[in-house]
Amino acid sequence: MEVAYLIETVIKIVVVLLVFSMLAGIGTYFERKILAFMQRRLGPMNVGPYGLLQFGADAIKLFTKEDIIPSNVVAPIFKIAPVITAATAFLAAAAIPFLPSFTIFGYEVHPIIADINIGILYILGMMGVGLYGPLLGGMASANKFALLSAARGAAVFISYEVVTGLSILAPIMMVGSLSLIDFNEYQSGGFTDWIVWSQPVAFILFWIAAFAETGRTPFHLIANDHEIVDGFGTEYSGMRWGLFFIGEYANMFFISFVIPLLFLGGYGDGSFLGALGLLGKMAFFFFFFLWTRAAWPDVRPDQLMWLCWKVLMPIAVLNILITAIVLM
Amino acid sequence: MKNEQFNNRDVSNEYFMVDIQDYPTEPWDKFKRTLKRTFRIELFVGLWVVMREMIRFDIHTVSYPEEKMPIGPRYRAVHEMKRLWESDAERCIGCGLCEKICISNCIRMETKVDENSRKEVSEYTINLGRCIFCGYCAEVCPELAITHGGEYENASEQREHFVDYAAMLTPLDKMKAGAQQEFEGFGAITPHEDESVKKTPLSY
Repeated sequence: MEVAYLIETVIKIVVVLLVFSMLAGIGTYFERKILAFMQRRLGPMNVGPYGLLQFGADAIKLFTKEDIIPSNVVAPIFKIAPVITAATAFLAAAAIPFLPSFTIFGYEVHPIIADINIGILYILGMMGVGLYGPLLGGMASANKFALLSAARGAAVFISYEVVTGLSILAPIMMVGSLSLIDFNEYQSGGFTDWIVWSQPVAFILFWIAAFAETGRTPFHLIANDHEIVDGFGTEYSGMRWGLFFIGEYANMFFISFVIPLLFLGGYGDGSFLGALGLLGKMAFFFFFFLWTRAAWPDVRPDQLMWLCWKVLMPIAVLNILITAIVLM
Repeated sequence: MKNEQFNNRDVSNEYFMVDIQDYPTEPWDKFKRTLKRTFRIELFVGLWVVMREMIRFDIHTVSYPEEKMPIGPRYRAVHEMKRLWESDAERCIGCGLCEKICISNCIRMETKVDENSRKEVSEYTINLGRCIFCGYCAEVCPELAITHGGEYENASEQREHFVDYAAMLTPLDKMKAGAQQEFEGFGAITPHEDESVKKTPLSY
């Protein structure tokens, strides 16, 4: 039993790593295609049918490009920073149930690597640690744009992480557990049991904070191309830059899993239809990340901090208070 | 379309002052402005616009190597030397006007008197690295000998590939086939141009 559990865990880790590295690559393809269609362009068309192999070409380019370490950077930190971003993104995936448990060859598989009892806290913590990638990489880069980006990253991080934590507190009080499996079971009764009906404010707040968490467009100010070049990624080249990229896209996928699991019923009762439902909801949230990028402008850092501290945080605190009073 | 709207240039009754309010100074007014901006849901208008364009799928991309935009007859690409239709002889009479007028001094020509005591061009080069494609040489040419062609795909290993007189000259077999493209003249319009022109800005 012990050996079987070990083998199962190792296999699950490898599968999650491979699938989501792959998805991060395909995610860039989807992003480019959808952005192109929304702007009346065609997007990548030449590599493979409809440009489907474009991400393969990108991967070859990233892997074979020279890895440049500029002369004035703090080399050890500069080298480790992209690894932090990518590694923490995948570490966060350990507590996410991607599918309901299913039986294969008479062996019951739980598609979650570790159902720890602090699940959502662990996920948010790991995604928070992921900020050290841009922060350290930006500060070690010996580049003013990278430094600006690191400073912005730290300031923004404090702002949105407060909103994330407070907004998630009210649903946690209702469910009484931090595990995403328990969240799912709380909502397994069907459409009407979804937490989003009883906690719409928390849902909106968490969704807004997810954009800041993944650094997507309305809050894409850590690496805002038209202001600070590529921010922390300015001095990076080749696969080190690619690791930042994989981390960002893996984070998008994981947060797109977490939002439906927390608020929209997850995989429901665990049937095949429920599993498809979870994947569909994930796809919608991922699509929404791309959709907003085509439609919305970026905010300034001070606007984001204003929004987080003066608007979202009071609403989150009020939401917790009202939830507590109702629960009493 | 009638002409009245173009003839009527008096726009005094169509201009109006945009109502720009002062920025609020009181906290309560600021709060009201924030609420108004928050709940006017303009963000969703933006979302709808891009989604509509995606569903409509009206792609404007020209996938370039496979399909090309039609090029106007006025386009000034690499020069061409034309031949006479009657005799297939070169049109250039060696007058040297193009060399004189060239403002970037990139045309060099040498002439001599041939055995029929006609003036003949012995050397003719255009330094395309210096040419600014202004079109003066084609404009000044009294014989319509030097014109601009429409060939804009100029990738080559050496610039010299384009400045050769023999390369600019219409090939004899093309001449025999009667396929020499005549220059349509200055002011010629692109074919089907009137279909793509919608409205002059005056009518707005």
